[in-house]
Amino acid sequence: MWNYSEKVLELFHNPLNQGSFESSSDPTTALAVGEVGSIACGDALRLHLKIDVEADRILDARFQTFGCTSAIASSSALTELVKGLKLDEALLVTNAEIADFLGGLPEAKIHCSVMGQEALEAAIYNYRGITREDHHDDEGVLICQCFGISDSRIRRVIAENGLRTTEQVTQYIKAGGGCGSCLHTIDAIVSESNPAADAPPQAPLVVRLQQIDAVIEQDIRPYLKADGGDIQVCGLVGDELHVQLRGNCSTCSSSADTLRYAVEARLRERLESSIRVVQVP
Amino acid sequence: MSTIPPLTYLDNNATTQVSEGVLDAMLPFYRQTYGNPSSMHRFGGEVGLAIKQARYEVAALIGAEPTEVVFTSCGSEGNNSAIRSAVATMAGRRRIITTAVEHPCVLNVCRQLEKEGYDLVVIGVDGHGQLDLVQLAEALRTPTALVSTMAANNETGVTFPLEQIGELVKEAGALWHVDAVQMVGKAPIDLRSLPVDLLTLSAHKIHGPKGVGALYLRRGVRFQPFLLGGHQERGRRAGTENVAGVVGLGQAASEAREALQTGAIAAVGVLRDRLEVGLQALISDCVVNGVGTSRLANTSNIGFKYIEGESILFSLDSFGICASSGSACTSGSLEASHVLRAMAVPYTTLHGSIRFSLSRFTTAEEVDRVLELMPGVVQRLRDLSPFSDDDVAWLKQMELAPTNPKE
Repeated sequence: MWNYSEKVLELFHNPLNQGSFESSSDPTTALAVGEVGSIACGDALRLHLKIDVEADRILDARFQTFGCTSAIASSSALTELVKGLKLDEALLVTNAEIADFLGGLPEAKIHCSVMGQEALEAAIYNYRGITREDHHDDEGVLICQCFGISDSRIRRVIAENGLRTTEQVTQYIKAGGGCGSCLHTIDAIVSESNPAADAPPQAPLVVRLQQIDAVIEQDIRPYLKADGGDIQVCGLVGDELHVQLRGNCSTCSSSADTLRYAVEARLRERLESSIRVVQVP
Repeated sequence: MSTIPPLTYLDNNATTQVSEGVLDAMLPFYRQTYGNPSSMHRFGGEVGLAIKQARYEVAALIGAEPTEVVFTSCGSEGNNSAIRSAVATMAGRRRIITTAVEHPCVLNVCRQLEKEGYDLVVIGVDGHGQLDLVQLAEALRTPTALVSTMAANNETGVTFPLEQIGELVKEAGALWHVDAVQMVGKAPIDLRSLPVDLLTLSAHKIHGPKGVGALYLRRGVRFQPFLLGGHQERGRRAGTENVAGVVGLGQAASEAREALQTGAIAAVGVLRDRLEVGLQALISDCVVNGVGTSRLANTSNIGFKYIEGESILFSLDSFGICASSGSACTSGSLEASHVLRAMAVPYTTLHGSIRFSLSRFTTAEEVDRVLELMPGVVQRLRDLSPFSDDDVAWLKQMELAPTNPKE
């Protein structure tokens, strides 16, 4: 049995904003509809927005959902989240915000929140007259035959959610969750999208310290000594280089600037762009 | 929820309650008579007698000889060891035939053997879930090591024509394994008149305990043990006997045999029909999966169109009603039931399919409780759904039914 949050169960049993809108002749408002999902996959959502034309703002939202407990709760959460937002703001709503609103979703159910975000986008695109053909989801190569998911959609969900594994891609948009024959292709997309994962590991600590010492000896210490000061390296913690300033430097009022502009900038330029220099007592 | 609703348990194909008689039979083998039947003292010897009695009861339930019964730890073990043994002892034949609607513990073993070089043929079913015998006969034209078919399907209750399958298999000289986990105790099965070589059953589906089952091995059929070790079960299954479990299985088998004889099982069929007919009368757009062919008396698989099974189950659960569903969202695997897909059940129905499975302990009150509550549950979810009939333009753009799998 799924371990749903109280909020998911509350919105499932007592959903807010279910249904659709009566069409109205009021020219200051417009209705927009976004449809995502399919009956074959087992979940589908039709989102209805009532839009203030002048203000480009969502006045009200309703939903109709075919799907599981968390699909219904996610749809209801979405309608609560977008009410009152300008359309441009609404386009920035992420699936993570929907999941957060629900107090979290089981991993295998995250795709329910993704469906909500996609329906919102579809509704706004429909309203703005951006046709489906222009929609990036429909471009690209079909990767997952079972759930009809393209490579561009996989790349997008990886980028937006910082996904690191194929398992996460499956949890978010189902790709690879059917017959599994596309899993190796998704593996390739995941590793392409996470170049850092393939980057060579950092040099061992002792090598990094030797390189830092060389730069200090050559490019930093001579200038400090010229002013009657000195620098002592205490250690490297992650990207943080712990140092002590000696002599005149230790009492100098501009020692912070010395560290930042003379020491840190020089080390970054010569060695590692992420290094930070911290003065320790 | 402030109050806990009364439990209405209609998920007996998943597991059953242990009967009072079974529990009473088992407890002494935990409390007092805890000896090891292999030991050379009377304290252990008494336990050996209890196991002998249990073996007799299980044999009597299926029309077998006691020596043909090997106790196992579960249905999955029985199926794994039966299939592995059959192909190992039929050296020279590389074909394995099974069906598209088997339990995963049969299908996945067969797929593993396919990877190991066997030639696997998976026979399809029709829209009622009934086996395609023509396809089976065709597949048997190639020398075949093993045919593995279930007796009754766990999801739909559909029963396969065992006499006809047996004839085809024996004509072809293949071994025949029957996964009878869902059939045993719910319908009579007599191995004196069926040419089954290996048959699997499980205790917890017939009001026995979990963690024990039995494998029937026809006398004379070669067997290669799955679990090696001591001499237990005549060298066919090593490991100290799960004594209390085996005793529980024996008692459950004895009670099941009685229930079949006294008509208690037929009474379950009356309740199932009351549930099925009632739901169809009260709720529009629902379809019974597997209707129109032979079915177990206890199982009803009904597809409620335009809504999804997991949300139906969660709604029922809030009323204390336990059932199950073949929908994708209940499986955790993202894919809907392979059984209903093999039957090409349309997606509008497939995802809203609910299995109610009854037992001889199910009461008319429980059935009536479902009849009282289910219309409201379905209506509420249909009010939430964007679909209400097959003509919706959005639906028409979609693929509406699974294509019959190639295999």
